[in-house]
Amino acid sequence: MSMGLERWLNSTEAGAESTAEGGVPRRTFLKLSAAAGGGLLLSFILPRIIWNSEATGATTAEVFAPNAFIRIGRDSRVTLIMPYVEMGQGTDTSIPMLIAEELEVDLRQVTLEAAPPDDRQYANPIFQFQVTGASASVRAAWEPLRRAGATARTMLVSAAAQTWNVDMTSCRAEKGEVVHVPSGRRLTYGSLVETVATLPMPDHVALKDPKDFTLIGTSAKRLDAPDKVNGKAQFGIDVKVPGMKIATVAACPVFGGKLANVDDSKAKAIKGVHQVVRLDNAVAVIADHMWAAEQGLAALDIQWDEGPNATVSSADIVQQLESASLGPGVIAYEDGDVAKAMAGAVKKVEAVYQMPFLAYATMEPMNCTVHVRKDGCEVWVGSQVLARAQATAAEVTGLPLDKVQVHNQSLGGGFGRRLEVDVIAQAVQIAKQVNGPVKVVWTREEDIQHDKYRPYYYDRIAAGLDEQGMPIAWSHRISGSSVIARWFPPAFKNGLDPDAVGGEAEEFPYKLPNRLVEYVRQEPPGIPTGFWRGVGPTHNVFVVESFIDELAAVTKKDPLAYRRDLLSKSPRAKAVLELAAEKAGWGQPLPEGQGRGLSVQFVFGSYVAQVAEVEVAKSGEVRVTRVVCAVDCGMVVNPDTVRAQMEGGIMFGLTAALFNEITLKDGRVEQSNFDDYRMLRINEAPAVEVYLVKSAEAPGGIGEPGTTALAPALTNAIFAATGKRIRKLPVNRVELHSA
Amino acid sequence: MITLNVNGKSHELDVSPDMPLLWALRDMLHLTGTKFGCGMALCGACTVDLDGQPIRSCVTPVVEVSNKKITTIEAIGQTSSGAKVQKAWLDLEVIQCGYCQSGQIMSASALLAANPHPSDTDIDKAMAGNICRCGTYHRIRAAIKQAAQSNVKGA
Repeated sequence: MSMGLERWLNSTEAGAESTAEGGVPRRTFLKLSAAAGGGLLLSFILPRIIWNSEATGATTAEVFAPNAFIRIGRDSRVTLIMPYVEMGQGTDTSIPMLIAEELEVDLRQVTLEAAPPDDRQYANPIFQFQVTGASASVRAAWEPLRRAGATARTMLVSAAAQTWNVDMTSCRAEKGEVVHVPSGRRLTYGSLVETVATLPMPDHVALKDPKDFTLIGTSAKRLDAPDKVNGKAQFGIDVKVPGMKIATVAACPVFGGKLANVDDSKAKAIKGVHQVVRLDNAVAVIADHMWAAEQGLAALDIQWDEGPNATVSSADIVQQLESASLGPGVIAYEDGDVAKAMAGAVKKVEAVYQMPFLAYATMEPMNCTVHVRKDGCEVWVGSQVLARAQATAAEVTGLPLDKVQVHNQSLGGGFGRRLEVDVIAQAVQIAKQVNGPVKVVWTREEDIQHDKYRPYYYDRIAAGLDEQGMPIAWSHRISGSSVIARWFPPAFKNGLDPDAVGGEAEEFPYKLPNRLVEYVRQEPPGIPTGFWRGVGPTHNVFVVESFIDELAAVTKKDPLAYRRDLLSKSPRAKAVLELAAEKAGWGQPLPEGQGRGLSVQFVFGSYVAQVAEVEVAKSGEVRVTRVVCAVDCGMVVNPDTVRAQMEGGIMFGLTAALFNEITLKDGRVEQSNFDDYRMLRINEAPAVEVYLVKSAEAPGGIGEPGTTALAPALTNAIFAATGKRIRKLPVNRVELHSA
Repeated sequence: MITLNVNGKSHELDVSPDMPLLWALRDMLHLTGTKFGCGMALCGACTVDLDGQPIRSCVTPVVEVSNKKITTIEAIGQTSSGAKVQKAWLDLEVIQCGYCQSGQIMSASALLAANPHPSDTDIDKAMAGNICRCGTYHRIRAAIKQAAQSNVKGA
């Protein structure tokens, strides 16, 4: 989610973080108690960067509502119970690193437990807010996790000193033990936990000086990797429950349509098919295995009531957006007097940019396993929003929340798709009609055609230039659907979607005296839109960085020099830009048909610049040969994870910019599988170099910025190679054809 | 009855002959390391080894592979090339979400078993059928090269 939204959420909650800063003792937010089954339990609060209380009261200083726990057992094992989920971004490694660093234990000594939303010991209303997204996990956990670790470490040292009757300062913690330095005596953490439980919590603890870090800043090996090379890792789709049936499903191909009638006689005759379940808008075939379920589905004779969206096409949607974008929008950001500055400009430049609907296409197709009984419901799913999953199952079954158990699984890709609970709601509806557990698996076709799509954006942008060609007025009107209004209505206020303008409000890195950013909400009929990797900034960075490039071209200035002149207020942005340009060999000549393009951005709390190098054939084929990426994401927890996220984010952005658009005809999504919604492949993948800037600032997000920076670097490179400006994604080869 | 020889074990399955091998592995034998991605041999997530050849199990009817030697991700580490590939994958931290990696490792292992010193072009050819949505491609390339280095030149 964008910084704009984060700021909004943080400013409206009486959250743990802000209250703590207001002078309430830290211990209010950290509690120590004996753990069930022996050992020590440290409970604390991880602030919610993106998620606010859902209508009910927020956390206050009076109500201690922890959402993370550290257990130190009598065997010295450290267990971290945390609300973040692993979906490839490395959270299962980077989060334990924070605790291990301050607690002075080996990373291997830390075991992770998924926060169970139903578990009585940890049951807490704050689980309502479990979200993994917005490149936010390390950012939210950075301070409180280290503080919790330091508190436990301080108390363990204190307990040991008390046991030996020596001064605390003569003891130190190392590798899961406390050492009395003068005598060399040692006590394991496990042997101290009972004593610690009797001690008062210290008011202040010292966090380690970053220069003393031994783990943070190192490329610790991913803890989840070994089981992912030998087939042992269990994803949601791999769940096996005794007596489980397999189901696959077809929802009405037109959004908003209903099931009218279905003849299931042929399907039921297929060996292995048990049952055909009818929902309001879908049919599911319940079988012994996926093959029978798929065959059964194909054998159904289904009549749909296609409803009001049966004739919707992409052309209609774009036309509606174009009209809407002519009207005034809600002001998202305003600085100076744009109209006056524009009128006084020597030159005015205007452009329209368009970005398509996009599907997530996670490699693991959507799936969810559910067992509904009279007295309870169990759900097995890989979700970015565990508590919402639980609440959804409770709502559909009518069961109280504490009767719904959610078992989270590894996610075969999230990218925002698993922030949605549509599949969970559907699977529970199906399971209500099935005797025993059922695993609902979507085909790839169902996955592509019943996705939540990245909104189609239609942007009008204009700038007024002074005599030197520098912008003195800037106006950007963003038109598109609001994901926030659907996904989190309280954050949609006064017609403004704070995510849709992300990257173009306060985060705008350039110094520009008069700037106006407006938002027009225009919903496409029936089509649900979602938080696709990079969310609002994926679109805004493309528009802003393309347009800045246009201004440089109009002014006949080098795109690097032009940007540099505008970055005087943002030294970190300037530094990554210069680093990327230097490493890429900016300015060095390239053969005809080749070009370099760059982009720079400040999103998700991190600064990223990229330089793409492309080769455009006479046929219009585009080959990206190299991408150089410079990152300043503040203090780096795990450098290899940062590199991996940039590399992957670049491929994700490149796939979309080169190939992807979801289009509609007769109310239906026209694409269906990887043949017509194609992914970048290894033979098309550019060489990628990632350079990290050393920084002492608080960590920024890394899951999304790699993706957001790519598209403009690519299209600016195409401009450099061909002189053709791409204002509509994906890149159209026919338009680049020059033979 | 169809007889499947998977990872050195023989299984008698009462399934229709046209059932794709993928579903026999996953839903009948509960070997879930082999993944479903597209159902049309477009993504490679379902890749298994058939007598030394990488095949897409989602479009391979069980009847075609009856009594042939099938190796899946669960046992590929017992082959020399499979073990090298797995080690290189861990050494270079190839994996992100990991869902496609069973298929990637199966394709890479088959490549190295047949061609101990693949060129970039060889790697492109052998691996272009395997999609990775997390975009781990250049680590995959580097890992294959590292695994190949442990093969004695000329072998």
